[in-house]
Amino acid sequence: MTPHMVRVVLPPHLRTLAQVGAEVQVEVKPPVTQGAILEALEARYPMLRGTIRDHLTGERRDFLRFFACREDLSHQAPDEPLPEPVVEGTEPFLIVGAIAGG
Amino acid sequence: MSGVRVLVGTHKGAFILTSDGKREKWQVDGPHFGGWEIYHLKGSPVEPNRLYASQSTGWFGQVIQRSDDGGKSWEPVGNEFTYEGVPGTHQWYDGTPHPWEFKRVWHLEPSLDDPDTVYAGVEDAALFRSTDGGSSWQELAGLRGHGTGPNWQPGAGGLCLHTIILDPSDPRRMFIAISAAGAFRTDDGGESWRPINRGLKSEFLPEPEAEIGHCVHHVAMHPSRPGVLFMQKHWDVMRSDDAGDSWHEVSGNLPSDFGFVVDIHAHEPETVYVLPIKSDSEHYPPEGKLRVYRSRTGGNEWEALTKGLPQRDCYVNVLRDAMAVDSLDSCGVYFGTTGGQVYASADSGDNWAAIVSDLPAVLSVEVQTLP
Repeated sequence: MTPHMVRVVLPPHLRTLAQVGAEVQVEVKPPVTQGAILEALEARYPMLRGTIRDHLTGERRDFLRFFACREDLSHQAPDEPLPEPVVEGTEPFLIVGAIAGG
Repeated sequence: MSGVRVLVGTHKGAFILTSDGKREKWQVDGPHFGGWEIYHLKGSPVEPNRLYASQSTGWFGQVIQRSDDGGKSWEPVGNEFTYEGVPGTHQWYDGTPHPWEFKRVWHLEPSLDDPDTVYAGVEDAALFRSTDGGSSWQELAGLRGHGTGPNWQPGAGGLCLHTIILDPSDPRRMFIAISAAGAFRTDDGGESWRPINRGLKSEFLPEPEAEIGHCVHHVAMHPSRPGVLFMQKHWDVMRSDDAGDSWHEVSGNLPSDFGFVVDIHAHEPETVYVLPIKSDSEHYPPEGKLRVYRSRTGGNEWEALTKGLPQRDCYVNVLRDAMAVDSLDSCGVYFGTTGGQVYASADSGDNWAAIVSDLPAVLSVEVQTLP
């Protein structure tokens, strides 16, 4: 099956860590899911391992949320297919850090 | 000409301050990792351009950075800290069992003879070691597993392993300290450990002289006398002359024996520095005067060092890893404050000046003496 080029928007601290701009593209084999996107992202940028989800459990870190197509996908199962515009690359998958001071 | 490199970890990034041996003019480089908390960074004693840094935030967790050019460039390395086996529980603040959970690296201690070997003290308290330059980390599980681990309780700052001291005369001996569990020693390279807290008294404990439970803030050792240790405890400045087997108080005439830092002159093993803080509920200097206290007698008799330090309206704190000394002929002493100042003395503490005044809150200060 042909892989999809998925757009991912990273929060500022992860951009500096990975030395990339606001948005990156990663090649994801179907089905395109949260888990598949994060696998591809961590394979392309290994320094991001552990910063978005736990090394062992794979759970999303507490202060991060996932959005796409104006929907909060944070509580969606990691293997659930994502909306078609994300798969087609017309909408990005957003990794968003909680707003907080300090 | 020889020089110094001061490695400063702050609440919002790392800074590297360099000077020649006169230590009058400074170059400030940073922030590195801007916006991230840098709990600690330290260089290898055998390869000074090899630096390790602990970078973290509550959002994105732990990152370890490594430099091979003295901090000009950095590379993220391994950040997987997995407790060995089933982690079990320690005690929560209220005495109930609480599962061990990795939060961050407080202290990085490079090996004395191998630049690729480095130890990490973490919260929740455990000791990890990497032998591949920080790419992978293995827990020295004998520490948590020696028996008292399930009874350890966090201090207000967390259950953190914050001090790691390697004995230069015996590669199998190592000292560590945990808030609020106490000090521990291994004599077999980290396989087995035992508490070394005899003589410590902590009035907040149901049993003030208990084997564990003491809130040790920092410990210092002079490399020429590895059996002599100085400790700044929550309250009390302590000394051991038998590698921690027993301790006695040397607070003497200090205006307050609460504080966080303790360090030792590079060439005078009996010259010790502390920085008194008013109390555990008022984390600032007594009377609003920022004073380093120096003992030239190994404790008990202390003199205030004030020249160049603010002597009114000063209400900063100096955290446990935020004092260091260089080893130039005239020993330099350095400390950083939660107000963002890094102060330096090039004459053993007689005179002080701020290298920088407006950094983010300083979490740690280390110094490298360069050839």
